[in-house]
Parts: sequence; structure tokens; C-alpha cells
Amino acid sequence: MNLLIIPALPILAALICALPASWYVAAGATIISSIAALVFSLDTAFIVLKTGCVISIPNWISIDAFGVLILLLVAFVSTTASIFSWGYMAQETVDSKKLRLYYANLNLFIFSMLAVPMIQEPNLTWIAVELTTLFSILLVGFENTKEALEAAWKYMLLTLMGAAIALLGFLILFWAARNNLGGNAYTWSTLSLIASKMHPELLKTAFILILIGFGAKVGFVPLHTWLPDAHSQAPSPVCALLSGIETTTILYVILKLLPVFEAAKGVDALLWARVVGLISLGCAAFLLIQVKDFKRLFAFSTVEHMGIIFTAAGIGLGAGHLATMMQIVSHAVTKSFCFYAAGAALLITGTRQISKVRGLIHLNPFSGIALLIGGLAIAGAPPFAVFISEFSIVKAAILVKHWITVALLVFFIITAFFGVMFHINSMVFGRPESPPVAKHKLPLTCKASMLLAIIPVIVLGVYIPPQLYQLLKMAALVLCH
Amino acid sequence: MEDIKGMSFLSPNVINNLNALTGGLFLISAFGIVATRQMLGCLRFYVAQSVTLAASAFLLGLHPFSRHLMEVCIITIISKPILIPWVLKKTMGKQIYTRREISQVLNIPTSLLIAMVLAIISYFLAMPLIHATGDVRAMVNLPIGLAGVLLGTYTLAVRREALPQLLGLLAMENGAFFAGIVIAPDLPAIAELAVTFDVLILALVVGVLTRAIAKHIGTTEVGELASLKEDASL
Repeated sequence: MNLLIIPALPILAALICALPASWYVAAGATIISSIAALVFSLDTAFIVLKTGCVISIPNWISIDAFGVLILLLVAFVSTTASIFSWGYMAQETVDSKKLRLYYANLNLFIFSMLAVPMIQEPNLTWIAVELTTLFSILLVGFENTKEALEAAWKYMLLTLMGAAIALLGFLILFWAARNNLGGNAYTWSTLSLIASKMHPELLKTAFILILIGFGAKVGFVPLHTWLPDAHSQAPSPVCALLSGIETTTILYVILKLLPVFEAAKGVDALLWARVVGLISLGCAAFLLIQVKDFKRLFAFSTVEHMGIIFTAAGIGLGAGHLATMMQIVSHAVTKSFCFYAAGAALLITGTRQISKVRGLIHLNPFSGIALLIGGLAIAGAPPFAVFISEFSIVKAAILVKHWITVALLVFFIITAFFGVMFHINSMVFGRPESPPVAKHKLPLTCKASMLLAIIPVIVLGVYIPPQLYQLLKMAALVLCH
Repeated sequence: MEDIKGMSFLSPNVINNLNALTGGLFLISAFGIVATRQMLGCLRFYVAQSVTLAASAFLLGLHPFSRHLMEVCIITIISKPILIPWVLKKTMGKQIYTRREISQVLNIPTSLLIAMVLAIISYFLAMPLIHATGDVRAMVNLPIGLAGVLLGTYTLAVRREALPQLLGLLAMENGAFFAGIVIAPDLPAIAELAVTFDVLILALVVGVLTRAIAKHIGTTEVGELASLKEDASL
């Protein structure tokens, strides 16, 4: 029953937020529930390490190594995000009712993301994915400015359109599967077992529909247009959740389907993955250069990293799959940290424009150093986690002799590196035209949250704990067909 | 169960013909959502489409009798024609809800023409799948459901107002389910209920968002919002 407690925690916290009390109660409940969810997820991860999977309700609720990895990341990012929210959101608004609404919505959003990796019935997974969108729309538009509302509308329209297309894909997948089930329940694990028996024509159609539908939500080019808007206009802790982990949670569903489609004859699913991934990576790497808003910079970097992860999954084999898992972990922890750093910079300077932020390191050394580390880490500089994972992806591509993939990967990653660092460098070290004035002080909870968030960014770059490595290897096995 | 089987005038042949009729009505409602000039008319076409979806589920569930499809029929009848318009009215407020004259990117005859082409395309997209599986029952529902999804997407593209765009989304979902009742008739009831719940939350959230847009921006012509662009000088 361990598993069901985890999504129940944020629901409970959301109910507490609905109580007509001060917003401190809501914020406290959110922090406590997400820390508890993190502890329970860690516990689940250790059980999965020993037994391979945890089953709560057979055929409906259970979790494997890949799922538990996503669960851990969701729980970790939501913990740091809820701590960051305490100080950050209090600066945004003082209306207690509005803050309670924010926390209630945040908890529901966290609930939906925790639910995705533990649901075994693919159609219900679709519903959980749809819920992640529905519960985050109002968070994106929370600030109620013209831009935020526009971003929320675009986000809603494109991702829900994608979800409806993916729904048809899931129904066709079920159509292909239901005659071959042979008395088994329809779950992710039976799906990969019977994949080779299913009709290739139906599988192909389902694959394309789901790739387009959920691809819109992950942010694959050319369906990414909403992503920089939504991921930059939302309040920073929400950005961290959206960019850091929500996109990955949806990508998890696509990745789980990849071995199913690999089994179908006449479809080179891995080639599709490489092509889609490289297109996203390439476009985002060049779009990074022209941004004027530093939160958009990190949003485009998310598109880039989704491309990298999908390319890595397309490389296939043990090495590629392991590198995919490493990249998923390093991206989630690093990108959420980047958005905290960006949120801190926004709070201090009061602007999102790159050109107006100069010499941040003199204005507020803590925030300046955080932004610098975030930029370096997400761009893939050593000795941070992303460097290790990107390095293993390139190594895996060399191993299977996909030379074109290797060349493009290296070229685009280097382009993106300079794109990110060019902007970050001018923000942190640039000379201000007039002596800058800090708008707000950085709240203590924000600092605490950033210090917590940076631990894995640095540690995973130099040392991967053996337990985590074992979990990554087990998760990589899920991707094999 | 027994008495339904015993109804002699509802032979499988008659049922199939009736189902083809509801399929036709479903498609006409989808065209209506694309082309109606008035907000309320658009909503009524959505309601009509949901009713035909329920009717098709009922007809297909008669022979051979399927408890799942009957559940789909009941859930659809309660949620889509009744609860969704109610939720929208409550959240959006009367003024937005009844505002007349919807502006469109393309004029209506052009829209209808494109919609017709989409419907024909969906027929040709669906046929290989039906031939591949030999599932003749999908002959009516799959192409029409696919057309429903495509027409819903098209509605999103040409409508500028918030409510018709939302109805386009809901129509896409209807389209997917119109195909779904044939290709996935034994979907677990919990999935059906969850989807319905999902659609209601969708209506609620988008309703609240629309009201926020109307309040803070002063218009619900969401198609006109374009301050977030790459080249915008911030």
C-alpha cells in the first residue's frame, strides 16, 4: 500500500489549502507533504532495487525501475519547488486567498505528475497526463498579466489538442492489442510482450498519433511554440516543475512505448526518435541565441534537452538507454535549479530582460553565482551532471557507429553551450549602464531551496552513488525490447 | 438483457443502418461547430454531437449486448449535453457565454469546403486500418470519428473566440470516442468515468481561464492575442 500513499499526500495537502486559514498553513502543508512524498519515494526506490518492482493493485497500480526514477525526480523537484514558493510567492502577492489557491493548484499538479509513473493501464496513463495539463493551466496564468494569460491559453490549446490526438492513438493501440491479450490484463508490461503479434499497420498509426499528440506536450519542434511562452510566464517555482520534470514525465510515456513500436515490423521507431530528437535539439540550439528574456532562455534549453533525451533513446542498445536515463536525471535536477536561479534574478532585478540585467554578481553575489552555476551546468560544462550524461550519450552514439548522429549532437550541443553562456555571461559579469538597485531581497526559503537543489547538480557530476547507478541500469532495461 | 435480444424489429441490419444515420448526424454537427456564426448555435451543435455519440454507443451496444457501451451511453448523456454547458455557463458568466457573432479567420463557405476535404481525407486514412483488421463494424465509426478529430483541430485553427475554440477541443475528444466505441468497446468503466471527469475539469479550468482573460484583457478573442513572440522587442 506504500505506493498509494504517495499521490494521496498532495491531495491531502490540497484539501488543507482549501481550509479558510492563513496561507502559511497552506504553504507549510505543501512543504511537509512533498517532503513526505520524497521520503516515501526513496523508500519505494530501495524496495524496487531489491525486488524489481512494487505492486499495490495488480494490473492497475505498480511501479518499475524507470517509473520509480521519474517518481523520485518528481518528488525531489516538487520538494524544492514548494520550499522556493514560500518566499517567492509571498513577494508576488499578499492576498492570502490567492496564495491558498496557488498552493491548492500546485498540490493537484504535483499529484497528477506523481500518478503518471505508477499507473499500469495505458488508457489511464493518458488521463493522468491530461490531468498534468489541466492542473497546470491556471498556474501558468497565475500572475493574470496579459502575457501570462496569453501563454496559459496557448499552452492549454496546443497541449490539449495534442492530448486529443494522442487519445485516438491510445484507442487505436488498444484496438491493436485487445485481440492479442489472451486473457491477460491490458497493461504496459503485457503491451510490450504482445507487441510483435499486434498488427503493424495499427501500431504504426498509433505510434504517429501518440508521437504527435504527446510530442506537442513534451515540446518537440515544430509543436514547441507554446513551451517558451508557458515555461517563462509562469511563476518561477512552477517553471521549475514544468520545465524540469513535467516534460520528462510525458516523455516517459513516449519512451515506454518505444520498445512496443520497435517490435512492430516495418517501423523503424528508433530512427524516428533520432530524427525528431535531433530536429528539436538543432532548432532549439539556434533559437537559444536570439532570446531576449532569460526565462525563455531556459525554456528553449528544455526543448533542446528533450531533443537530446529522445535522440539518446533513439540510439538504442544498453549504452544508449543508460545514457538516456542519466540525461533524464541530470536534466531534471539541473533545469529546476536553473529556474530557481532565474526566479531569484527576476525577484532581485524586477525584469526578465537579459539586456537590463548586468553585473548581477555585484548586485547580489548569491544570485549571480547561482545563475552562473546554473548556466554552466545546463549548458553541459564539466564537472556538472549534464556534462557526464551528454558525454555518455555521445559515447553511446560512437559505440553504435551512428556517425551522423554523433556529428550533429556534438555540433548542436556546442552551439547551445555558447548560446546559453553568451547570455548568462553578460547578465552575471556585464557592466551595468547605471548602478543597479535591488528591487527585493532574496527570501531565506529561496536560498535554502536553491542550496538543496544544487546538491545533485554538483554531486552527480563527480560521483554517482552505486544504488542510483543500479537503478539507472534497471531503468534502462525497461527500454529494451 | 434478454428482453433487448428479443426485440425482433431491431435486427443487426436495422441497427447498422441506424448507426450509419447517427454517424451522418455526428458529422453534420461537426460541420456545424466549424461553420455556425453564433456562439450559442456552436454550443448547440456540440450538444447535438454528444447526443449522437451517446446514441451510437447505445445502438452498437444492443447487438451483441454490451454493458460497457450502455455505460458509455449513460455517462455521455449525463456529462456532455447537460453538465458541460452548465459548467461553462457558471464559470464563464452569461455575457461571454451568449455573445453573438464569432469572428473567423476564413469565411464560412471556404471553411466548409476545407472541412469537406478533411472529411474525405479521413475516409481514406481510415480505410487501410479497417481492411488490415477486417473489422467491418468500424466501417462507419472510424472514418467519422477521425473526421471529428480533424474537424475539431480545424475549428481550433479558424476560430478566434475562446468558447468556440474550447468546443473545438471537446469536439476532438468526441471524435476520438466516436471511433473508440467501436475499436475499443471494452474499455474499463473506470477509464470512461475518469475521462468524463477529465472533460469536466477541462471545461471548468478553461471556463475560469476565459473569465480571467475577459476580466484582465477585456476581450475573449484569444486568436488576437499575440504579445508573446520571438521577435517581440520586450
